[in-house]
Amino acid sequence: MRARLEGKRIVICAGSGGVGKTTTSAALAMGLAAEGARVAVVTIDPARRLADALGVDELGNEPHLVDPERLVGHGIEVRGELWAMMLDAKRTFDELIERLAPDERSRDEVLSNRIYQQLSSAVAGSQEFTAVAKLYELDRSGLYDVLVLDTPPSRNALDFLDAPDRLTGFLEGRALRVFLAPTGLAARVVGRGTGVVFSVLKRLTGVDLLDDLGVFFRSLGGLLEGFKERAAGVKALLADERTTFIVITSPEHEPVEEAIFFAGKLRDAGMPFGGLVVNRFHPLDGGPPEADVDALTAALGDAKLAAKVARAYAEERTLAQRDQAALEHLRRETGEDDPIVIPQLDGDVHDVDGLVAIHRYLFAD
Amino acid sequence: MVVTGKGGVGKTTVAAALGLVAARRGLRTIVAEVARRDDVSRALGGEGIQEEELAPGLHHFSIDPERAMELYLTDQLPPGLADVLASSRTFSYLAAATPGMRELLTVGRVWELAQDDRRTPGAHAYDLVVLDAPATGHGVAVLSAPRTFAQVARVGRIARQGRTIDAMVSDPARTAVVAVARPEEMPVNETLALQDALRAEVGLDLGLVVANGMLPQRFSAAEARALEGAPDCAEVRAARHAHARAAAQRAQLRRLRRRARARVATLPFVFDGDHLDRLARELERAL
Repeated sequence: MRARLEGKRIVICAGSGGVGKTTTSAALAMGLAAEGARVAVVTIDPARRLADALGVDELGNEPHLVDPERLVGHGIEVRGELWAMMLDAKRTFDELIERLAPDERSRDEVLSNRIYQQLSSAVAGSQEFTAVAKLYELDRSGLYDVLVLDTPPSRNALDFLDAPDRLTGFLEGRALRVFLAPTGLAARVVGRGTGVVFSVLKRLTGVDLLDDLGVFFRSLGGLLEGFKERAAGVKALLADERTTFIVITSPEHEPVEEAIFFAGKLRDAGMPFGGLVVNRFHPLDGGPPEADVDALTAALGDAKLAAKVARAYAEERTLAQRDQAALEHLRRETGEDDPIVIPQLDGDVHDVDGLVAIHRYLFAD
Repeated sequence: MVVTGKGGVGKTTVAAALGLVAARRGLRTIVAEVARRDDVSRALGGEGIQEEELAPGLHHFSIDPERAMELYLTDQLPPGLADVLASSRTFSYLAAATPGMRELLTVGRVWELAQDDRRTPGAHAYDLVVLDAPATGHGVAVLSAPRTFAQVARVGRIARQGRTIDAMVSDPARTAVVAVARPEEMPVNETLALQDALRAEVGLDLGLVVANGMLPQRFSAAEARALEGAPDCAEVRAARHAHARAAAQRAQLRRLRRRARARVATLPFVFDGDHLDRLARELERAL
């Protein structure tokens, strides 16, 4: 991993949910910080215990310095700085609007709009956009050498990659212009519209909902330039040569297919695919194809236990073969010859010990 | 029946297995998912564009929110007006950009599928609709959309319909939310968070929690100790790993059982073979 991350400033960890993405992102950040870099890891909804272990405050929406003392006892000496934060999507969006609004009135209009308040957190894709928006802001702050982003647990990683484009597309497209033109929908909605579309809409929605929608889109329009600039900045950042994407997966069917899809998508979009991490892998442990029950009985002095061990061994072999096949499939389909393989750990990995264990595999020489 | 859970917990397979169990019990059942994915139809071997019978009594349908909008307009408005709106680009932009619209259309379609007197011309009624909910936001976004729209609109047709749909999804006699989790720390946390969010935003408690992928717990404490002291070989190492993982899962299952306000059923990890049939049989037994 060291070689793959050489000279990189932005490391984006992508993959499906439930594959250990958060822990891997944190372990990557810790490894880079241990080697002297000032690193911030931005994570979404991490396991409570991991957050507690790192001392990350749930509130604040800003990176917190992880006390190096927390890691020393686990054999990790941080020569640089490790910062960690938990992203609050709604708050990031609020902050973005505060920053981009041309004046206080437009700001308050958006923030107090009932549509914005009640529904903004439900928008699919807003978490993707806010994550990259936060990344952009941290990048511009100049306080960190490397930023590691644990992407939202979106089932379709594509949403994440497309987020800036979709937003720009929406803002530059006909949609907003239609709403925002002096005689556009927003004006008609809040004004005295008489068009057919408007009157049909009014019949369906009632005037209140339409009013709120009109105000929502109109006030969003006031933020247009700022949004466009921000989205362009984010897009440039994602395509920068010092940005790299690490795809994380487990050997299970669905995450593997997502990883292959995402690696292909990165190549198509001209984004840098920096490597593949396969978590939760069951390695073949060099034993015989089938357990020797007689030998086990002799060694354990218990025929019943020996039979159970033989069954557990057979299941382990089944998993190992499944995982080996998944790894070959991944190699073939992503063109990544040398994925980093991390074995399934026995316990849960959402604490500092788990972090250190993953770190050892990521940064093995 | 709304089946929820974050990615990677086997939600789709459990939704399909629940559908299979219901159909085998003689209920005319449909498993619905939200379009853009065809996981259920892949699991069950179907296409998903139309309501389609995949096995005796078991149907499948893929909800396409855009198509749902067209159907809604046709249903609600005189033919001329519906066409005006459906072909209006302004309207389609507005609909696409309205936060929560996708969720509202999804749950609206589920409501329609669940009616005895279907709005879709010529369509038959179902005894049970199983929704494989989108993983984003635990599926709470889908369930709370009707209430939110009803509150924002206050009066008018959408407010009225929002309230009607909300009355169905927040009624424990008609709607059950099934949370699927793996017996691991994060999925258990997420399930407990879902339980609170569901109560706060929809006023509903979970109907059932499914702990999916339980590894066999094979060794007694005494046997585990014997394994620790046993001579080291690949077989013994595999057994020790298996025991440690099963024990960690059991600890998470206990935590889940302690804090969940619903019954927790378990499903075994399926090492190979026909997952779906095996899980359906296990569910049948657990229920």
